[in-house]
Amino acid sequence: MPKTIAPKKVPMPKQEPFERIRNFDEVALGFTPELARREAERCLACKKPYCVEGCPVGIDIPRFIKHIAEGDFKAGIKTIKERNALPAVCGRVCPQEEQCEKHCVLGKKHEPVAIGRLERFLADWEAASGSIEKPDIAPSNDRKVAVVGSGPAGITVASDLAVLGYAVTMYEALHEAGGVLTYGIPEFRLPKSIVRREVEYVRSLGVKLHLDYIVGKTRTVDRLLKDFDAVFIGAGAGLPWFLEIPGENLNGVYSANEYLTRCNLMKGFRFPACDTPLKRARRVAVFGGGNVAMDAARTALRLGADESHIVYRRSRKELPARLEEVENAEEEGVIFDYLTLPLRLIGDEQGWLVGIECQRMELGEPDASGRRRPVPVKGSEFVMEADASICAIGNSPNPLIPMTTPGLTIGKKGNIEADEETGRTSRENIWAGGDVVTGAATVISAMGAGRKAAKSIHERLSGSKKP
Amino acid sequence: MYRIIERRMIVPNLHELTVEAPQVTESVRPGNFVIVRPDADGERIPLSVADWDAEAGTVTSIFLQVGASTSKLARRRPGDTIPTYAGPLGQETEIRKYGTVLCVGGCYGIGSVYPVARALREAGNTVIALLEARSSYLLYWQDKFRSVAERTLELTRDGSAGYKGHITRLPEILTLEKIAPDLIVANGCTLQMMLVSRVTKPLGIKTIVNMNPIMIDGTGMCGVCRLTVAGKTKFACVDGPDFDGHEVDWEEFLKRRKTYNPEEVHPLRKSGCASHF
Ligand SMILES: Cc1cc2nc3c(=O)[nH]c(=O)nc-3n(C[C@H](O)[C@H](O)[C@H](O)COP(=O)(O)OP(=O)(O)OC[C@H]3O[C@@H](n4cnc5c(N)ncnc54)[C@H](O)[C@@H]3O)c2cc1C
Ligand code: SF4
Repeated sequence: MPKTIAPKKVPMPKQEPFERIRNFDEVALGFTPELARREAERCLACKKPYCVEGCPVGIDIPRFIKHIAEGDFKAGIKTIKERNALPAVCGRVCPQEEQCEKHCVLGKKHEPVAIGRLERFLADWEAASGSIEKPDIAPSNDRKVAVVGSGPAGITVASDLAVLGYAVTMYEALHEAGGVLTYGIPEFRLPKSIVRREVEYVRSLGVKLHLDYIVGKTRTVDRLLKDFDAVFIGAGAGLPWFLEIPGENLNGVYSANEYLTRCNLMKGFRFPACDTPLKRARRVAVFGGGNVAMDAARTALRLGADESHIVYRRSRKELPARLEEVENAEEEGVIFDYLTLPLRLIGDEQGWLVGIECQRMELGEPDASGRRRPVPVKGSEFVMEADASICAIGNSPNPLIPMTTPGLTIGKKGNIEADEETGRTSRENIWAGGDVVTGAATVISAMGAGRKAAKSIHERLSGSKKP
Repeated sequence: MYRIIERRMIVPNLHELTVEAPQVTESVRPGNFVIVRPDADGERIPLSVADWDAEAGTVTSIFLQVGASTSKLARRRPGDTIPTYAGPLGQETEIRKYGTVLCVGGCYGIGSVYPVARALREAGNTVIALLEARSSYLLYWQDKFRSVAERTLELTRDGSAGYKGHITRLPEILTLEKIAPDLIVANGCTLQMMLVSRVTKPLGIKTIVNMNPIMIDGTGMCGVCRLTVAGKTKFACVDGPDFDGHEVDWEEFLKRRKTYNPEEVHPLRKSGCASHF
């Protein structure tokens, strides 16, 4: 007799919206073991598991879910860690509806299995158990690798190579490691204690970490190559784009990077206990529709804004953000102004933002990305009141390293060109991966790129004699 | 952690800070800055580099005590450590042979223009220094300047040393001293650099200023340091901090510089500088 399947995912307990918009604690509270087992039982254990194809790092999803259903959490986390070094992070921030869960056969009729929530459950379970398993580390092979940037790409390369016996040194420009996980994604979505735990784990594998070290400035990549056999560049996409409309240098106009960095990295939400101020705004308008925009809009609410708007030129269907975060933002009272395009920022005499002239849009023919192109509606201009605006329309790679590394081929958008399968760049002994190559993408794709680069570095260095 | 070698008040409200940071001395150039965080909860603040000793691996900055973070720094003693000292950052001042160069320094800019003057001299230029302050007791490092500059002039608002008056007297001083500079480099508070640029524009003398906006990361990530130069938005941390003073949108810059004024405490406005730093 076929088993009956609950059509919906087991809901994950969350903080109530009215409560959570007053704090920076994590919104989603995670499954209990009982809830996890109940959700795991929804899995059909397909012979040909399509979900695995959807996961950029190819986790054996049915196997870890089976372990959960059987209550063997230890075996479950081990299965995940064969492929993914940061499950507590990915379970929380992967766009599952675009990846593993998109391919789940249950999803055809019902809701797919909550793969991300289960992954997160196992990672949290392991952390709470206090005994984190470490892989066996190969004896030192006398080869040295420098990793630039300590985001997901850098962390993955560093830990993979450390396990293989390489002496790895990671250089980070900021005063805390973790990349976007630390300075960009807010505490209420990804607690910093988790990121710190992952960084500590990498260090426990023997990886050296230099903070406050700006490669290209403090030392160039070529200077590093005098001391290292290979350099991996995982410097991310940290250069913020602006809309390039009039008024963007008014006071109260932020890049999402500035706004989120002030809050997360510099703990601006604790001002004046911490010194970095973050002005309290009454009406905040966030431009963009991705994860960064959701994070900024929800941060603004928590910092005491009366109204926080997402101003997006397409419609809800096209929002690139994780669905779960869109829903969370809606529950929290973020106001979505769809089909709206900012034209001009308006300031007062002291140079402070007071309003935004916008235009209404409608959806036309599909464009190159397959999404329907927004076209302006004539005569629909209007002014919305706002005392802060946050631009979250994207980032490109920082030019510091390209500018100071001759011979490195750079793409049109300032990205470092690297082979998709190996991460090799135009320069011998320099590899690159993550957002610095693809432009702003996802945590898991950065990790995937890091994994491939580590493999290629290993093949290359173990195959050649030490010069 | 970075060890403080020296921290002393050299004139009222201005402190000299020397930190052990060999990774910075390795590649530091005139015009660069460093990002400093005085303690774990502190802000990241940019400080211009005023001198360094490559052998000892130490870097010196001069800073004005204005807000919470600089007050914290001002309480540090030799032997203490600070958690962040990152750099060198920013583009270096373009050093080449220009001919005669006038280096104008005021406030902490007296410190930061010093390595510029030294490098320009080494590149074969005739360097003339003009140090300005509200009063003679706020001037410092004259000896260091005398060792690299052909002439070291002074300008004080109360006339207690050198010329009397404001920096707007610059054209007149040039005439009186018979100086025809091929380049002017001005480092100091925003008002000083703006005024220097304003009076040199009609004279057609190229003027380089070292901009000092609010920064967080100092590597181009946050964009808070943006300013308009020749009609285009620039990031002071990666495109500058040196810019052509005749192309800077000063009015906008002054407004942006004040973004966080109400939040910051200005413990000592007495220096006559803090109100328009
Ligand atoms: C607010 C926000 C929310 C996001 N939400 C999600 C999400 O929900 N799900 C998802 O999958 N993805 C999300 N992303 C995207 C994801 O975080 C990135 O794709 C991912 O972090 C890229 O990893 P990376 O290792 O390539 O680079 P990064 O994480 O950007 O790390 C690069 C690191 O390199 C350092 N660095 C840069 N230049 C230098 C230098 N010259 N020397 C030394 N160090 C340097 C940087 O300081 C940084 O720490 C989000 C991004 C942001 C900004
Ligand atoms: S890593 Fe991301 S894509 Fe892969 S199974 Fe986990 S949540 Fe899905």
